[in-house]
Amino acid sequence: MAEFYSLRVNGVDREVVDAQLGESLLFVLRERLGLLGTKGACEQGECGSCSVLVDGELVCACLVLAAAQSGRDIVSIEGIAPAGVSTDVQQAFVDAGAVQCGFCTPGLVMAAHSLLERIVDPTDTEIREELSGNICRCTGYGRLVEAVANVAKTRIALGGNRG
Amino acid sequence: MTVSVPTSVAEAVSLLAAAPDSLVLAGGTDLMVEVNAGHRSLDRVIAVDRIEELRDWSISADRRSLTIGSGVPYSLVMDGPIAELVPALAQASRTVGSPQIRHVGTIGGNLGTCSPAGDTLPVLAALDAQIHLRSVSGGRTVSFSHFMTGVKRNSRQPDELITGVTLPVLPGWQGYSKVGVRNAMVIATASSCLAVDESTRSVRVALGSVGPVIIRCTDAEDWVVGQIDWERRAVDDGVVAEFGQRCGVAARPIDDHRSTAAYRRRAIEVLSARQLRRAFPNG
Repeated sequence: MAEFYSLRVNGVDREVVDAQLGESLLFVLRERLGLLGTKGACEQGECGSCSVLVDGELVCACLVLAAAQSGRDIVSIEGIAPAGVSTDVQQAFVDAGAVQCGFCTPGLVMAAHSLLERIVDPTDTEIREELSGNICRCTGYGRLVEAVANVAKTRIALGGNRG
Repeated sequence: MTVSVPTSVAEAVSLLAAAPDSLVLAGGTDLMVEVNAGHRSLDRVIAVDRIEELRDWSISADRRSLTIGSGVPYSLVMDGPIAELVPALAQASRTVGSPQIRHVGTIGGNLGTCSPAGDTLPVLAALDAQIHLRSVSGGRTVSFSHFMTGVKRNSRQPDELITGVTLPVLPGWQGYSKVGVRNAMVIATASSCLAVDESTRSVRVALGSVGPVIIRCTDAEDWVVGQIDWERRAVDDGVVAEFGQRCGVAARPIDDHRSTAAYRRRAIEVLSARQLRRAFPNG
């Protein structure tokens, strides 16, 4: 049975039409709303490539029932900065060589933003634990950890200015 | 298919009363895996993650027990005041999945799924947690040992909602240990919770992933209390080793895709012995 409902994605109310109510938020973002930045891989919460923010919390979009999210604030990678503009996290990933094939990058950028919102000056262990839900098969994680640490350092040097 | 999003327990239990075949969706971290894999189709879903009263926790006036709402996520249990009151529950919560999973996964969801590998369940078993259930006809409370009845089976009735758990705040060491293939994002191949109650001089041990239900090692518990020097907080090495073996004997593991029975039993021996030594560091 096709149904419709609305979701607030990246600050915009979007109608989800002709959808099955059992669809995950990952499926709805990509296939119903055309937001292809959020990646799908394992569809069981293991890889983190579909990480988005729901009411400010980092979650795997594949494990979220989309039809139960009306009224919540959903932020996908497309909503993290205006089109064509990089966040400090995205730039730090580029600078550190933390982007290789790029498939895991949107999820990791979301996870890094979520971490730095909560912990201004994370330790190496905190970075690794907070990124532990995001699988990257290219970088070996060293450059990812370095990129996140660099953002924290820069933000502190700028006195909390998010640059 | 219908999706209901109640905002109160009263609303949720009347939805359940009207359609007891409904699926209760908490964090979704178990259920959506089955849905995505095509192993489960959804008909009536009651999403309970916006019921604020279930996301609350409180400590009793005498500070001897803690009641945690079923909607409290693992991320809230991991640190802060709950972690100080029941450290083993915090440790178990910290080992669940990843930050993404811990933000939405809940204690109530762990109880609802009732997998023998559920990380908080050995802690709830060791602490003799009381599980609170509610339906339109009222509430009832069951102890964890009467709640979990088998692999992914529990005594929740179809019209009941799990509303929370009550745990004792025990004086004494407690901890949760788990074996898996990596540090993060891992389902336990074997796990153990040990909790000491210094007020009654008792030791409780519960095992996960080594049987159809969480297993309490009552033989090892009863035996070890007489072997401990409670004044010096000491046990002999021989006692530590035998305690591990007795816990291993209590396990009822199987061979499956995640591990072998022999490995699991050995893992339990090591984990339990190690926990006893941590609880009583002096030889």
